[in-house]
Amino acid sequence: MIELHVNGKTYTTGAPSERPLLGVLRDELGLTGTKYGCGEGVCGACTVLVDGRAVRSCVTPLRAVVGRAITTIEGLAPKDRLHPVQEAFLEAGAMQCGYCTPGMILSAVALLSRHPDPGIAEIVRFMDGNICRCGVYSRIIAAIRSAAAKMRRTV
Amino acid sequence: MTPAGLWSHAVMDRREFFRTLGGVVVLLTAEPLEAQQGSGASQAAPRDIAAWLHIGEDNVTTVFTGKVEVGQDIRTSLAQAVAEELHAPVSSIRLVMGDTDRVPFDMGTFGSRTTPFMAPQLRRAAAAMRQVLAELAAERWGCSPEAVTIEAGLVKGPAGKTATFSELTKGQRILKEIGESTPLARPEHWKTLGSSVPKANGVALVTGRHEFPSDIRLPGMLYGKVLRPPAFGATLVSADPSQAERIPGVTVVREGNFIGAAAPDEATASQAVAAIRAEWKLTPQPRAAELFDYLKKNPAPMEGFGGASRHVVGDVSQGLAAADHQLRQSYTVAYIAHAPLEPRAAVAHWENGKLTVWTGTQRPFGVRSELARAFGVSETQVRVIVPDTGSGYGGKHAGDAAIEAARLARAAGKPVKVVWTREEEFTWAYFRPAGVIEVTSGVRRDGIVTAWEFHNYNSGPAAIRTPYAIEHQHIEFHPARSPLRQGSYRALAATANHFARETHMDELAALVGMDPLEFRLKNSKDPRLRAVLAAAAEKFGWSRRQKASGTGFGVAAGFEKGGYVATCAEVSVDRTSGAVRVVRVVEAFECGAIVNPDHLRSQVEGCIVMGLGGALFEAIEFEDGRILNPRFSNYRVPRFSDLPQIEVVLLDRKDLPPAGGGETPIVGIAPAVGNAVFGAVGVRLRALPLVPHGLKT
Repeated sequence: MIELHVNGKTYTTGAPSERPLLGVLRDELGLTGTKYGCGEGVCGACTVLVDGRAVRSCVTPLRAVVGRAITTIEGLAPKDRLHPVQEAFLEAGAMQCGYCTPGMILSAVALLSRHPDPGIAEIVRFMDGNICRCGVYSRIIAAIRSAAAKMRRTV
Repeated sequence: MTPAGLWSHAVMDRREFFRTLGGVVVLLTAEPLEAQQGSGASQAAPRDIAAWLHIGEDNVTTVFTGKVEVGQDIRTSLAQAVAEELHAPVSSIRLVMGDTDRVPFDMGTFGSRTTPFMAPQLRRAAAAMRQVLAELAAERWGCSPEAVTIEAGLVKGPAGKTATFSELTKGQRILKEIGESTPLARPEHWKTLGSSVPKANGVALVTGRHEFPSDIRLPGMLYGKVLRPPAFGATLVSADPSQAERIPGVTVVREGNFIGAAAPDEATASQAVAAIRAEWKLTPQPRAAELFDYLKKNPAPMEGFGGASRHVVGDVSQGLAAADHQLRQSYTVAYIAHAPLEPRAAVAHWENGKLTVWTGTQRPFGVRSELARAFGVSETQVRVIVPDTGSGYGGKHAGDAAIEAARLARAAGKPVKVVWTREEEFTWAYFRPAGVIEVTSGVRRDGIVTAWEFHNYNSGPAAIRTPYAIEHQHIEFHPARSPLRQGSYRALAATANHFARETHMDELAALVGMDPLEFRLKNSKDPRLRAVLAAAAEKFGWSRRQKASGTGFGVAAGFEKGGYVATCAEVSVDRTSGAVRVVRVVEAFECGAIVNPDHLRSQVEGCIVMGLGGALFEAIEFEDGRILNPRFSNYRVPRFSDLPQIEVVLLDRKDLPPAGGGETPIVGIAPAVGNAVFGAVGVRLRALPLVPHGLKT
């Protein structure tokens, strides 16, 4: 059995250690906010945070995350509250179908934890592995900048 | 059962359903086409514009519609439509969408039909509902209904009397059926429509709580996988499932060409299909290198929408004789993939002979029919539920995943989920049609186009007619046999036809040495087209543009589905590396009275970005019936780093009824970019994608 620390809780799974994290999160733990998009780590829909860093869960084997703190979109903010990045996405209208949104938000959170005040070029570089097929990239950039400003003020 | 019969059946059922609900119900029951046209029963089809509203005892107005939400934000705009006429806050409106057991028949969510056709019907139902509320209040207060007003969800009468909707509807069992003649609020007086109401379910999306079709889970559910043929056109000769069947928990199903497996988890299901030893018979498939020749040489007999069409005015040979210059050019577009980020997905559940399927489709009732046919059951035994879906772009019309899940679920005796892999999505869905367009034209030295002959092979008839005032025209669509499975794509062939037309117009402008914008204005009499051209050019600074080495500017314009678009683009070409970068795009769009400015702006921005993919680099590569680039790592879609500076100008025409805005804004970007590349380096590109491997000059 493998122990996983997800959103502050401990889960055990009987899945083999080479199995990608994504399927276990979605199908065993019921955390369906993390999405499948490509299965090869190039679209960002499956992004989760592992010890605060953005990780593509569709190509991350369970053994790589044992004992580490995993955060999915469900655990980003306490119940009934929103993380400033979630608020900023809503305010900027930075989604259409919303399928890429959890991965976008978690990638943005990881970016802001390392670069509290990223410029557009930095955002583009960091977020380039996340696909929004609806094409709302400019609004996502605006949301990240606005969240960054809000988070700097509250620190 | 004919569709019309089904329709009546459904309405009868629904009346019973609403009677048990209590409260007040308004049904706008549009007549089936059969009754309207008096044609034979086989032609009968229910119209997709019925509207049902219900106010229960909880002050919530529930809207029942067969439309589905795939990112175009109609869950918001339809709530606005109802709120507007009901004089109620948007927050008190709930939409039940795309659930075939609970909503009126609907053809599907495509063709930009929701805003011009569905929204007015819901508004009529809401206006009638408001009248019912006024009558209930008048009865209670002993005044005339005219003395009652409704504002922000509160009913007000004489002497300061007030009531909420539910205070009036409590204990009532009213079912009102109305026709289509109810008057609506004029756009000048709109309060809720016309404003940027935020996305209806935004919080559920940013928190991951919304359950997309691929997120649906049922107790005891299995996961299904299908063994795909090695190539298109392959048939299953034999299959040995014995090894797969030895895996604990696995059910293997073979029916005709279909072979798949269900298992307690996805990995085991994948393992099971991999263990099936199958022999396939391959048939020769058209080669990619011959594609465009093949399309011209293989006409397909097709009737009705998408079939052959012909538009002739004047006499092209006469027009050509009157020209100072003649030009004949050919343009091509490649197959491209919708690549919705959520792949096709379905969860199927059989219970007492009734099939329920949750799936992402733009045609819930169409998929219900497909399922009923596939399993030989009546449509009343099938329920299709479409949770708000991870996009469609015209790509989710068919019920493939739904049928696969239902087939496996029936055999396994348990609910089964099927989610296509990205590779399956790229291979086994359908593509935007490839096409060849041949244009022959004549132009006078003064810039007047005198002749216009336009033949489109295979890509489609949408927006094939020119918006320019040309005396002699011959425009024709030739359906062809397509080597690959093809279907709808956002704006259909309007993209291909605009690409060919607007590139050719640019070539004519260059031929007579005229500014491309001036040339278009000279040949256009349509005030709406001229208005978007002027608005885009003004914002872009077209007349002040400064040409630098390796940079160029392009313009394109057009109209489709009630919307007018003009696009200006600036590109920069690195002659050494061949890299083409779209630096800036300005697009003006007008689709009548604007329903939700922020969401419309988002659609226009999204169309520009999605359109950039098809314009610059997206193409399905195939050989021997196989897709060679079925992954995001080798099928490039626009990313953050492809994003140009985008400026959108929306023209709000309160004097015109609203048209849809999710499709037409995509049609201008490809020709605008191609024309800008010509401006930059003098190379005329006549194939989409324009620069899949950069530009070698």
